[in-house]
Amino acid sequence: MKDLLTSKRFWLMWAGYALFMLMWYGSTNWLPIAAFNRLPGPIEVITEWVNPDPFYGISIFTAPYYTHILYSVARATTAFLLAVALGVPLGILMGWSTRFNEYASGLFGLLRPIPPLAWVPVAILLFAQPEAAVVFVTFLVAFFATTMNTFVGVRSIDKDYFRAAECLGSSPTQVLRHVIIPGALPHIFTGLQIAMGAAWFSLAAGEMIAAQYGLGFLVFESYNLIQFPTIVIGMATLGLAGYISSALIRVVGKRLMQWREQALGMEG
Amino acid sequence: MTTQTKVGHLKAEGLRMSYQRKGREPDVVLEDCSLDVEPGKLTVVMGASGCGKSTLAYNLAGYLKPDAGRMTLDGESITGPGSDRVLVFQETALWPWMSVNDNVMFGPVARGEMSDAEARQAALKLLERFGLRDFRDKYPGQLSGGMQRRAEIAQALINKPRVMIMDEPFRGLDEMTRELMQEYYMKLFEETGLTTLFITSELEEAIFLADRILFMGDTPGRIVRTIDVDLPHPRTFEVLDSPEYLALKREAMAQLYVGVEGLEELA
Repeated sequence: MKDLLTSKRFWLMWAGYALFMLMWYGSTNWLPIAAFNRLPGPIEVITEWVNPDPFYGISIFTAPYYTHILYSVARATTAFLLAVALGVPLGILMGWSTRFNEYASGLFGLLRPIPPLAWVPVAILLFAQPEAAVVFVTFLVAFFATTMNTFVGVRSIDKDYFRAAECLGSSPTQVLRHVIIPGALPHIFTGLQIAMGAAWFSLAAGEMIAAQYGLGFLVFESYNLIQFPTIVIGMATLGLAGYISSALIRVVGKRLMQWREQALGMEG
Repeated sequence: MTTQTKVGHLKAEGLRMSYQRKGREPDVVLEDCSLDVEPGKLTVVMGASGCGKSTLAYNLAGYLKPDAGRMTLDGESITGPGSDRVLVFQETALWPWMSVNDNVMFGPVARGEMSDAEARQAALKLLERFGLRDFRDKYPGQLSGGMQRRAEIAQALINKPRVMIMDEPFRGLDEMTRELMQEYYMKLFEETGLTTLFITSELEEAIFLADRILFMGDTPGRIVRTIDVDLPHPRTFEVLDSPEYLALKREAMAQLYVGVEGLEELA
């Protein structure tokens, strides 16, 4: 803790936040531009956010706020877990088998650039039920990110690591377990972080169009109801949720890849 | 420890190896390449970089299939990789995500020849012998270059290979560590009589280690000359000062510079 308070990085980080707040405040209060003056300022947003009796009905003291969070977190988590469960094995298969990669990579190249929002109508037609449609759209981007990074991870493993395993007589299962998975893990985790970010991104978009609850819904609904501070509360909560989920993935990754931490610690 | 009865007779006859390239003539790396590694001896293949030494090693280890030719180990045909011919790679191929101990005990456990406990015991013995006992729970990335090479040799030895194929194993080490490793390997070889094929591009290393040096010519690669090194065992770096060593070096230099213009009279 003491290290934290004396570290330059810590203070610079807070200076960055403060500067942003100041610019925000300045642009809504001082700029002589009508468009900016319509936006809620930081003080307005924060008072609403922590108000036990919020003017527009949403603050940290109200149950609906947590319902929205819960819905979004549940959707993002479901989509993310599905993406990992399907994307990692698929990426490994593509990285391992040249033939399979030849089937898959062309298709991937075509599907991947389609923006998640463009999937929304198809998703709604496919699933009929809005809940599944939102999760599907969220899942798609996360899935592509996970698969591609896993694929790159497997491909980037030094061929000598495979040769050594082969020479020492390992079976394909052992190669998978002892060479491919740990070797690709750094890339896989990069992919998971990207996937999580992308999941939140398309989740919010999906919720705006096809949901009854959730932070994306909250943002858009508040816009429709002209409850401007609540828009920003929803946005900030999305930001926090995305940040926390990325941090969680980083922590898990660090635990699983201690060899990397240790080896990196040797340098310099 | 191993092999009092001499095994590890590695033989290659008429190897040809080429890489196909799109729209161009195939790249012939090996052509009519033959060698004979005598059991219980340390045979060095010496050649300039890019002459196909590694390709030869990968063929003998079974990772590559030659276009033509025959390879045998103690009379049996070589068809693929096997733990009877362990290859020690140029850059370290210890898996960075496994502890040193797990790296060393990997082979016998993977093949189901030893239980976890037995392999751990065997690994510990080897690590002790290589001065790595206290580092057994570290990851390879935490070891110095010399320690990594020793761990790698231990990882190979635990499989009781009939022949060790070392592909420029000490490349990239600093001068001092390199010399230490050469001495280390020499001692190990003298104690075990483990048949070794050692590939290098360094002349001093070649002469110091070798019972026999095979010179490899390039484009395409094949063995062009054999020099027997009869420097005495046990061998230490003192041999580098002996007139026999100098004579061998002169002979080898002459071989290396064949065809290089203006250098013949130097050698």
